[in-house]
Amino acid sequence: MVLVYAESPRGQFKKATLEAVTFGKNLAEQLGQPCAAVVLGKVQTDAGELGRYGAARVLQVPDEQLNTLDSQVATQVLAEVARQVGATVLVLSHTSTGKSIAGRLAVRLQAGLVSGVSGVSEAESQGRLVVRKPVFSGKAIAEYAIATPVKILSLMGNAVRPEATGSPVTVETLDVAVPPARVRVREVRTVEGRVPLPEAEVVVSAGRGMKDPANWGIIEELAEVLGATTACSRPVADSHWRPHHEHVGQTGIAIRPNLYIAIGISGAIQHLAGVNNSKVIVVINKDPEAPFFKAADYGVVGDLFEVVPRLTEAIRKFKAAQ
Amino acid sequence: MKFLVCISQTPDTTARVAFTPDGKNYDASGVTFIMNPYDEWYALVRACELKEALGGTVVALHVGPAANETTIRKALAIGADEAVRIDAEPTSSAFTARQIAEYARTNHFDIIFLGKETIDYNGAEVGAMVAEHLDLPFIAFASKLDLSGNTAVVERDIEGGVEVVEVDLPFVVSAAKGMAEQRIPNMRGIMMARTKPLHVVAPVPVDEPVAVVRFTLPPAKTGVKLVDPEQMDELVRLLHEEAKVI
Ligand SMILES: Cc1cc2nc3c(=O)[nH]c(=O)nc-3n(C[C@H](O)[C@H](O)[C@H](O)COP(=O)(O)OP(=O)(O)OC[C@H]3O[C@@H](n4cnc5c(N)ncnc54)[C@H](O)[C@@H]3O)c2cc1C
Ligand SMILES: Nc1ncnc2c1ncn2[C@@H]1O[C@H](COP(=O)(O)O)[C@@H](O)[C@H]1O
Repeated sequence: MVLVYAESPRGQFKKATLEAVTFGKNLAEQLGQPCAAVVLGKVQTDAGELGRYGAARVLQVPDEQLNTLDSQVATQVLAEVARQVGATVLVLSHTSTGKSIAGRLAVRLQAGLVSGVSGVSEAESQGRLVVRKPVFSGKAIAEYAIATPVKILSLMGNAVRPEATGSPVTVETLDVAVPPARVRVREVRTVEGRVPLPEAEVVVSAGRGMKDPANWGIIEELAEVLGATTACSRPVADSHWRPHHEHVGQTGIAIRPNLYIAIGISGAIQHLAGVNNSKVIVVINKDPEAPFFKAADYGVVGDLFEVVPRLTEAIRKFKAAQ
Repeated sequence: MKFLVCISQTPDTTARVAFTPDGKNYDASGVTFIMNPYDEWYALVRACELKEALGGTVVALHVGPAANETTIRKALAIGADEAVRIDAEPTSSAFTARQIAEYARTNHFDIIFLGKETIDYNGAEVGAMVAEHLDLPFIAFASKLDLSGNTAVVERDIEGGVEVVEVDLPFVVSAAKGMAEQRIPNMRGIMMARTKPLHVVAPVPVDEPVAVVRFTLPPAKTGVKLVDPEQMDELVRLLHEEAKVI
């Protein structure tokens, strides 16, 4: 059995969850095993909808206490569910929740763990599983073999596309003891309205070439027409021109959107480390020698203050014609 | 208060990435190593700040061979009081976590600090493993940590925001950007570091659950296609028709 932990932060299934279920279904097919998804806590939608993404069974432990994360509690409950259903592979999302739990589960279940997986190289129904993941901030790919009876994978964001090819199933409620939490969640503050950076398909990012935080209007506008999330380089966040959560790179967040547009960013190796797994990179920079052009698919050599509004206009025209 | 800070070292951020001909190992020849930025800038500095405010000791722990002692001395120069080196090659997260946990089990600590992740293998695995071995709460990706009495209030990074949690000592925490400001070791710190104790401890054996099959380099980009800055309609067409991303 391939068991997917379908995380539901604040009662919702996010893209990362649907990706994990799709990945779990594909892996289960390769192994000739069924795929089940497990939901912890209460959700605001019908958990049975996960059947659409390939879960043959959807299990739920509907204890309210599981609505917020205590990694210890979640680990104990998931380990018990895994034992009850006889899971051989556990799939988690490589998110702030998944990363809090994956290592714990590995210790508890004496399982081999590979985190941040981007694909499966070899899957044998009995025995070893070989998976790959980007390492050295995307500068290389590593393949790891796991041979333990129970295996744990956490799936990197945007590595697979959620596929809704199945149909909803009836949710099975599980009765699992939930130990008391030692971590008390007091408050959650989220930035409203925008897709969070790790989930964004399109990212518009700007650097020191912007000269002044007051100039960010043209970036916001471009992001708006594209339905993109905004990001920035480290010096921009460090000088408080933009909020810290926008900082991408080796010491910020690593992202892999379908489209990354870099504006007035030189393309230092530490910046590239966080974005070079993007599918398509567009670079706008007035310096033709800027290192970023070497990592780009499309480049525009020009003054961003002229190019960006022009690009926004062109996209607006294109969207209107669609 | 006793704080343990786990420090790892990683290739300098500008180091080239190459592997041995069999593709099984990282080729470290000619590479300089640095302390993992999350461990140095945030975990270690916050532990030192708390010690300075509340009294106590900061122990820096590293799992690695004697060749890595420069990294440990730097941690002492920044402000750790003593250091421990577990004398073994850190072959995997499972191995490293077990060594850290064994040491911490016999030497009680109020808070065990780690970095959010190492920037080489990008695992973010060790912290959760250490916490499970020790049956302690684990707060991942903390960007702020304040302590009053026995209780800590911690802000941690989540997708698109922060979560504020409360937890009682002892616990394990991994540090992200924001928890502290980077400290450059001064001359006095560097001098003092030479005389601070550095204990070398033998490792415990661990069964490796995961093995490297091979490392490969991603295919190189085929080259940038330049678009005239006056022709943004053309760029949009390429992104739509050729790249299929809009
Ligand atoms: C250990 C370490 C970790 C680091 N981690 C990160 C990280 O995670 N993320 C990160 O981003 N950086 C990181 N850095 C910093 C990194 O090395 C670079 O300093 C930084 O990325 C540069 O930011 P920038 O490209 O915005 O600025 P600059 O390098 O100053 O580049 C500005 C660019 O804008 C262009 N420009 C200027 N005016 C215009 C105009 N009018 N029109 C068009 N283009 C224009 C210039 O040609 C230039 O290429 C790290 C550094 C170290 C040492
Ligand atoms: N060899 C090591 N010695 C001590 N601490 C380590 C070592 N490797 C990793 N760590 C700690 O574990 C954290 C997370 O590492 P990782 O799980 O490898 O991403 C690091 O930021 C360090 O705090």
